[in-house]
Amino acid sequence: MSGQAAGDALAGHAAGAAEAAAAAERALGLAGHLPVLVVLVPFLAAPLAVLLGARRLTWPITFAAALFSLAAALSLLSGVLGGDAISYHIGGWAPPLGIEYRIDAANAFVMVIVSAIAVAILPYARASIAAEIPARQHVLFHALFLLALAGLLGVAATGDAFNLFVFLEISSLATYVLVAMGAYRDKRALTTAFSYLLMGTTGATFFVIGIGFLYMSTGTLNMADLAQIIAQQPGNRTIHAGFAFIIVGMGLKVAMYPLHLWLPGAYTYAPSAVSAFLAATATKVAVYVLLRFLFTVFGPQYTFEAAELTWVILPLALLAMFAASFIAIFQVNFKKMLAYSSIAQIGYMLLGIAMLSQTALSGTIVHLFNHAITKATLFMVIGAYVLRAGGAFYRDIEGIGRVMPWTSAAGVIGGLSLIGVPGTAGFVSKWLLVQGALEKGWWWMALLVVASSLLAVVYVWKGIETAYLRAPRDDVDRREAPLTMLVPIWIMALSTIWFGLSAEWTVGAAGTAAEALMSGASELPISGGAGH
Amino acid sequence: MELATLTGLTMAIPLAAAVANPLLRRQHNLRDSLTLLAAVATFATALAILGRTGGESSAPMRALTVMPGLDIAFAIEPLGLMFALIASGLWIVTHIYGVGYMRGNGEKGHARFFAAFSLAIASVMGLAFAANMFTLFLFYELLTLSTFSLVAHKGTAEALKGAKTYLGTLMGTSIGLFLVAVVWTYTATGTLDFTPGGILRGHVTGSLVPVLLGLYAFGIGKAALMPFHRWLPAAMVAPTPVSALLHAVAVVKAGVFTMLKVGIYIFGIDFLAETGASTWLMWLAAWTIIAASVIAMQQDNLKRRLAYSTVSQLAYITLGMALATSMGVLGGGLHIATHAVGKITLFMAAGSIYVATHRTEISQFDGLGRALPVSFAAFFVGALSIIGLPPLAGSWSKWLLILAAADTGEWIIIGVLMLSSLLNVAYLLSIVGRAFFLLPAEDTPQAWSEAGPLVWGPPAFTALLCVVLFFQAGAVTDFLVPIAEVAP
Amino acid sequence: MQGVSWEYLVGHANYWLFVTLMMTGLYIVVARGNFVKKIIGLNIFQSAVIMLYISMGKVEGGTAPIFPLDGEIDPAITYTNPLPHVLMLTAIVVGIATTSLALALIVRIREEYGTIEEQDIWEAEQEISARERRQYGEVFGEAGK
Repeated sequence: MSGQAAGDALAGHAAGAAEAAAAAERALGLAGHLPVLVVLVPFLAAPLAVLLGARRLTWPITFAAALFSLAAALSLLSGVLGGDAISYHIGGWAPPLGIEYRIDAANAFVMVIVSAIAVAILPYARASIAAEIPARQHVLFHALFLLALAGLLGVAATGDAFNLFVFLEISSLATYVLVAMGAYRDKRALTTAFSYLLMGTTGATFFVIGIGFLYMSTGTLNMADLAQIIAQQPGNRTIHAGFAFIIVGMGLKVAMYPLHLWLPGAYTYAPSAVSAFLAATATKVAVYVLLRFLFTVFGPQYTFEAAELTWVILPLALLAMFAASFIAIFQVNFKKMLAYSSIAQIGYMLLGIAMLSQTALSGTIVHLFNHAITKATLFMVIGAYVLRAGGAFYRDIEGIGRVMPWTSAAGVIGGLSLIGVPGTAGFVSKWLLVQGALEKGWWWMALLVVASSLLAVVYVWKGIETAYLRAPRDDVDRREAPLTMLVPIWIMALSTIWFGLSAEWTVGAAGTAAEALMSGASELPISGGAGH
Repeated sequence: MELATLTGLTMAIPLAAAVANPLLRRQHNLRDSLTLLAAVATFATALAILGRTGGESSAPMRALTVMPGLDIAFAIEPLGLMFALIASGLWIVTHIYGVGYMRGNGEKGHARFFAAFSLAIASVMGLAFAANMFTLFLFYELLTLSTFSLVAHKGTAEALKGAKTYLGTLMGTSIGLFLVAVVWTYTATGTLDFTPGGILRGHVTGSLVPVLLGLYAFGIGKAALMPFHRWLPAAMVAPTPVSALLHAVAVVKAGVFTMLKVGIYIFGIDFLAETGASTWLMWLAAWTIIAASVIAMQQDNLKRRLAYSTVSQLAYITLGMALATSMGVLGGGLHIATHAVGKITLFMAAGSIYVATHRTEISQFDGLGRALPVSFAAFFVGALSIIGLPPLAGSWSKWLLILAAADTGEWIIIGVLMLSSLLNVAYLLSIVGRAFFLLPAEDTPQAWSEAGPLVWGPPAFTALLCVVLFFQAGAVTDFLVPIAEVAP
Repeated sequence: MQGVSWEYLVGHANYWLFVTLMMTGLYIVVARGNFVKKIIGLNIFQSAVIMLYISMGKVEGGTAPIFPLDGEIDPAITYTNPLPHVLMLTAIVVGIATTSLALALIVRIREEYGTIEEQDIWEAEQEISARERRQYGEVFGEAGK
């Protein structure tokens, strides 16, 4: 990308001399390019890792790239927490013609989630993939991991609808291959990856058709610009059609019930490290895109008053919460149980969207984060079990609480967070959702939310009963997981507790993001001059 | 030391014991003495708090802000301090007894057992000193989880089934109803702080008040109000020290303690009295008192009989709150103390009988009184206290409750209390009668004797406490008076 | 159908083409059991999108959007909108990547399962999961279900 590119501050409400000075300063240094570097570094590190060919260098490169992304995302987030937004113009071309990267609290938060999970999973993945993937594929694994990471970060960072589609496909294509790498343990990974590819591509194509319709009526692809023009064209049927296509397309990517069919297989048969990464990030980013389109591009008014989407999303969310939880109870494979539980948890997020209130939306956004760390913990625990016990079936992990006490204890913490026991991260999001429901006077909704948590009690209990209250099998490897796995697992487990006890930061950031989304993009001024 | 430090210590010391136990898995004596030391230190800390505050309420001490508006905070307040003193004081006794029981009975997994036990005590301390509903809820759930592993301790199919009922009922009610009630309260009032006189006045009105009270009353499953009482008999599969301290004192009292807190500091007694929202709860409590007593009479297993007796006695405390008078609350608060010493005596005596004879069914107790005089004597004293006969502690709390019922003109409730005492006589004294007056069955060995001082000593000591408490009840009620005099 | 005129039908010919192609492609993806045919369907589906974009970029009377070398643009000349074409270049690249990945997967599936018919693979997988249930399901006393 060109060195002339300039960053430009978007002052939300108080545009003034100070902001202008800050913008100029950003334009000069490396810091000014952070919005694009956060994506670009892992993106370029991927071919670098392959081309260098030195197996020993692959992991350090991958890890360094992920670490850089995390640092960049954190610095971006700290810059926008005040409610401002950063607008970055690729190549110095001003939007709406040029591609704009636009960072506000919502997507900076998502980028932090994605890169933090990647940083936590990479050290863990070393031992995990050593056991699950042949050594000759490790370089490619890391390259694909970086591509998936770059794609997800790009989806979050970009402010251009078509660019979003491209990044979505970059991450999806990498993900299909990563899932298929599970074939060394179970050949069903291949067919799963194939059907994931079919559904994912169909979803993405629907999405791009929707974008096409929007472009047809507005002549722009810039999301902020789209928002303004759409607001001026109420009742445009082409836009209605585009809206429908985008919702269905993203619904597939989000695994919105009943468009979830790709998810259980993909999470179950993918290598453990990939499951952990996917479960924690991929659907979360898709939920973010959904939020971005529903709230920023179309605006809450259009989405919920003109299209009455509440009554579309709400039943589907409830269905997910109950049907998927119920299916999860009857699984014999721990990983598949967690996969169905993920679908149910996505139901919570959609519920927060459907309720359309500041509190509930904060609940959704904070649940993106809380569920990411919870599920990452659990899938990493399963990965450690697979390494030692040789499988993720309940039979394999009988009595493993005594064989692998540290791993299992982290698993219990994750399970409690999944239920939403106070003191864990899951509780915070559930609290906000229940509060959001009660604020609206939907007491029945509050009862339904807690009722579906009770289903989680049942399946978490099954796991705990198997791991702790049965005699360990004789034929398992009677060792604790290696430290390279334990440390990341415990970092995740402790963060589920930390963010359950001290949620000011997460709830605050989610609140800012929700506020930005609820107000719609129309209130945020479009940046003027485009650098050089 | 600062008050905040002391309050923190009451939780930190048992927590440290919980961590130390698994680390000292092999050094049995060191481990058990350290835990005893922790118990004594916890009690001493609670006493120091008493000495420092003299029973005055303190300002909330904020430990951590979870979300804006939701703090983990602690405060000293008479009811909570009394609860903390009872729990930590009886922990000392129960620990001594528990060591004797677990060793004498050859139970497995001592370290795990005492670790979970200490964790449960830490949760009780946090619950007792909670300054707002959120903190209380947090420790309420922690208590469920830590005691759950104690119920499942034996690992047998029966223990697992009991543990399932235990976790299912307590988690189900607390997440399904209690949490909703808490969030509702927060949404309506914007605060969860325990405030004298309540916080709901003017925020929740009309028919919603009894509904919210219902969510609380049933959501607090630990109070064992019918129909959510089944977890308590199910929990009896746990080793007896657990039943003694946790399921006669700590856990169940945590339930009714929460109930009193809700009545006094969330709703406010006057608010309840004005709206009449608790009338239905009063009748439900009365029903629970009678029904549980009747069920208790039909139980042959001693611990199950005691469990149903507990269900019945807990409803007394709920009843005291539901009467919505100062006297009722005072009676309920006092009953927490008197029932605690009475019931723990009964349970420890039951455990002492089990260790000595391995008999659990009442029909097998014929003539055992001569072989186990101390155990049965302690049982007798405990039973009299539960029934409410002077000169034993239980008589005072029952007396206050009757006065409260008379104040409100609920004559039927007085009748219920009287009837319940009669039923208590029937199902508790019959056991003592069997042991002392019937001839031993033919298969009873002659050589049976008490199991050792670590086992029979503690029940004898708590039996003595029942008598002491009778004479000191005035001090306890004076201490509790502030909670009943909270005029808005 | 009063409002539907001949002009309407002909004037929207590109959309009819788009709709037909899209539906055909989607139908093939869903209805065909052969994996290769599914991918062909997916390609047709994606081609439909390309048609949609390209046709929407057409400006009536517009010429190819190539600027004169001297950079002096005559404002009188109407150019076709080039942006959709550029977008579709990207979409084609994505489509090719997807297709090649899918074909590679099909090769591996064929190696593992010996077939690329959906029905056969489904049956094979049902068998595997039935075996797993038999083997692992008894943990919770539901063997044979």
